[in-house]
Amino acid sequence: MSKARDNILARLRARGVEKAPVELDRTPASPDWNREERIDRFCKAMRSVRTEVHPVSAADWPEKLAALAKEKQLRNLLYAPAGPLAEKIEATWRAHAGLPELVTREVDVDGWKEELFFDIDAAVTSTRSAIAEVGAMILWPTPEEPRTFSLVPPVHIAVVEANQLHNTFADAIAAEDWTAGMPTNALLISGPSKSADIEQTLAYGVHGPVELIVLLIE
Amino acid sequence: MQQKAEFDQRVQKALNNPQLRRNFRIAMDGLMEKRSNAFPDKVALEALRVTGANIRANALAKQLELLEQLEANCTRNGIQVHWAETIEQANRIVLDIMQRHNASRMIKGKSMVSEEMELNHFLEAQGNSCIESDLGEYIIQLDHETPSHIIAPAIHKSKQEIARLFKEKHPDIPYSEDIETMTRSARKVLRSKFYEAEVGLSGVNFAVAETGTLCLVENEGNGRMCTTVPPVHIAVTGIEKVVEKLADVPPLLKLLTGSAAGQHISTYFNMISSPRKPGERDGPTEVHLVLLDNQRSRIYADEELFDSLRCIRCGACMNHCPVYTRIGGHAYGSLIPGPIGSVIEPQKFGLENFGVLPTASTLCGACGEVCPVKIPLPKLLHRLRYEQVRSDHTGATIGQGSQRSAKEALIWKLWSWAHANPAVYRGGTRLAGLFRGIIPNKIGPWTRVRTAPKIAPKSLHQLAREEGFDNE
Amino acid sequence: MSLAKHYPDKPDKVYFFGTCLIDLLYPEAGLAGMQLIKREGVQVIFPQDQTCCGQPAWNSGYRDETRAVVLNQIRTFPQDYPIVVPSGSCAGMLRHHYPEVFKGLPEAGLVEDFSQRVFELTEFLVNVLKIELQDLGEPTKVALHTACSARREMGVADEHEALLRQLGNVQLVEQARKAECCGFGGTFAVKHPDISAAMVADKAQAISDTGAEQLVSGDCGCLMNITGYMQHQDVGPQNHHIRGQHIASFLWERTNAAES
Ligand code: SF4
Repeated sequence: MSKARDNILARLRARGVEKAPVELDRTPASPDWNREERIDRFCKAMRSVRTEVHPVSAADWPEKLAALAKEKQLRNLLYAPAGPLAEKIEATWRAHAGLPELVTREVDVDGWKEELFFDIDAAVTSTRSAIAEVGAMILWPTPEEPRTFSLVPPVHIAVVEANQLHNTFADAIAAEDWTAGMPTNALLISGPSKSADIEQTLAYGVHGPVELIVLLIE
Repeated sequence: MQQKAEFDQRVQKALNNPQLRRNFRIAMDGLMEKRSNAFPDKVALEALRVTGANIRANALAKQLELLEQLEANCTRNGIQVHWAETIEQANRIVLDIMQRHNASRMIKGKSMVSEEMELNHFLEAQGNSCIESDLGEYIIQLDHETPSHIIAPAIHKSKQEIARLFKEKHPDIPYSEDIETMTRSARKVLRSKFYEAEVGLSGVNFAVAETGTLCLVENEGNGRMCTTVPPVHIAVTGIEKVVEKLADVPPLLKLLTGSAAGQHISTYFNMISSPRKPGERDGPTEVHLVLLDNQRSRIYADEELFDSLRCIRCGACMNHCPVYTRIGGHAYGSLIPGPIGSVIEPQKFGLENFGVLPTASTLCGACGEVCPVKIPLPKLLHRLRYEQVRSDHTGATIGQGSQRSAKEALIWKLWSWAHANPAVYRGGTRLAGLFRGIIPNKIGPWTRVRTAPKIAPKSLHQLAREEGFDNE
Repeated sequence: MSLAKHYPDKPDKVYFFGTCLIDLLYPEAGLAGMQLIKREGVQVIFPQDQTCCGQPAWNSGYRDETRAVVLNQIRTFPQDYPIVVPSGSCAGMLRHHYPEVFKGLPEAGLVEDFSQRVFELTEFLVNVLKIELQDLGEPTKVALHTACSARREMGVADEHEALLRQLGNVQLVEQARKAECCGFGGTFAVKHPDISAAMVADKAQAISDTGAEQLVSGDCGCLMNITGYMQHQDVGPQNHHIRGQHIASFLWERTNAAES
């Protein structure tokens, strides 16, 4: 196949000399929003795509999580025992009786794919940061919090820190210096999964989560 | 001229189908409104379009170097890069990967390049199953159809038609015309397909050279499923999709989602830079990138037509096209319909096959006005009209001159002679005025639905003279 | 998107390029355009050697055949006067496409000078002559169809409207999807008559739905298409009464004391 490569590149080389490169100004023009405006925009944009956003504090979010899990009558909740949220979740679950079963499988997903696909009701994950302008969360899944957690279970609960809100996507890339090294998978998530393929009518819960719940730590 | 007759037949069929006409009209009106709402500030939109156009133009100008950089960075990240000059080669690469894994079950995310390759057809002939998982693609696959729109493949169907199709293909699922219910039943069927699939296939919206990152825009989560769950992920893309830097992505993303369906951002934006790393608990253990040329490097050679490679496949040009709205996507007879299809498909598959498409436009300019990367679509359609009748055979486009007929060429020669010689022209109009009474009032197809225009007794030339307007 | 365009001061003399369609079918529209300019104290020159802008051949891909016709026009308007054109489509050809016709050829510079002088009639009336109109006509309801070339290529949709809004007794009504093409497209209507018919049917309906008594357009191609359809199809009782007129004829008729 390297012949194909050579042929293609040769054709491009033959004509490429004539193409003048275009000067690009890549400095992102960021709006000057303060923290409140960022929070406000993020919440509005997320809610406009049918995300439940709950303002919480750094102290009370596990309580809110427990209350939601109960209210939604989840049978179980997938979490990452080695992840950043684990300690508080476990403490809260220990303190209350009658909460849905906390599930964790500290092996490769391949080993319990069937359970993940068909038996798990919900998963809770942390997030890396978020984007105010368009209302999106940024996730860089880790070995502790794998990619499928935010994808396969019907309910995804995500913890977002207001301090980690960027104005725009371009700001996030620049401020977090993404070019220094991209992860296996970087994700932007804005709302539960949806489709408008039938008569341009929005229907939620196609292949990914049917519900997206955000606990926004202010 | 056979292609014209076939095209006319498909057009007839579409125009005489009131259901289809209604489906498209409603859908296109909706999409146009959504786009317009997504960009309320027209000045900001214009600035963003200029940025988008420059980013794409820059990437194309440096395409050679960027492809090499992309390959190097992907390889370093552990993504296996393959090159294909033709769709046959690309299909072969995919099949080889499947065979190496003893795999026969593929789940597919939405990919126009895989449609271009006719990959499903190819793999199925080899005894594999290829399931489309994008809801729209899934619907048309059930009905053995091709996409009628690049973003919304099943847009030609009403919910009743889809409900009947589901009932026919899945008799065990209760009949419903409720869109949410139908969506959920597709979810159920496809969930086990994701679960079982051995290979996931996706397209690529932008391939970032700087970091070796493949970006995918989607709303359903099927794109993430295909690229996360099966042990092998194959991404197929045209070589023109490469962009230089990560910083180039946000403006293009905003332009794409806003122009396509009026979204500020898609539900998911999925950036893949490597296969599963040691210690990671999920994700494919192999990621392959297939870079397909299929005439793109040939299009690249023409300094004007080369602009068509800027396309980010948002579909806005078809949403705003009054011809597309009337006849729908299938009438075009090409994979990509609408203005950009009429520009790209003849270049890929030859004017002798698709030369009729550039003529199926009023050159009204609606497409060029909305294109997020400012592709001068009317100008390119116009250029292809020239390519197909030019007689010097010095152009680069396949099938150049193929639509030239001696009769038509003679008519234009005479026309040119008459209008380049004022005395001849004036004589002609004077005669027309004199004999206006006996000029037939049936003039071909024009008068099938219109009355014939009346030739004035005196031309403007005569009136101007009589009213004393100076000649110089 | 109309680009910021530079308009000259009011000149003493202008050239008028009547267009072949107006010449043959709607000469009164051309004459009205010339009279509107003349009334503002500007001398109007109508060179008798003008023919057609060349667009039909150009849009059909016959570039060599176009060049011969273009050269005739360029020879016919030698002086440095503005060239006024009562059509967005033909003005677009003269202004924006002539340079393309001769791109890379020795005549390119000459063509460029010519194209810079081209103005569509309504933009000339509004932006150069700064015309002020006194409506002498009866109250009437009017729908305006702006040609796609006038709207997108020449960017003069606002000027069309501004002129009609100067007329006190004219109520301008807006049809659904007003920016959508009427389906004329020159040779398109002949090559793809069925698609064209579907488009003009929708346009005629949208205009008829406004209840307008009169249809005005700055382009005779669109007018010929839409009114031709309305007359032939005879749809709806009120369609009979929708009169189609070029904007120049309409403006002249309503503001010319001698005629009213
Ligand atoms: S040509 Fe422009 S408008 Fe059409 S699909 Fe491509 S990017 Fe979108």
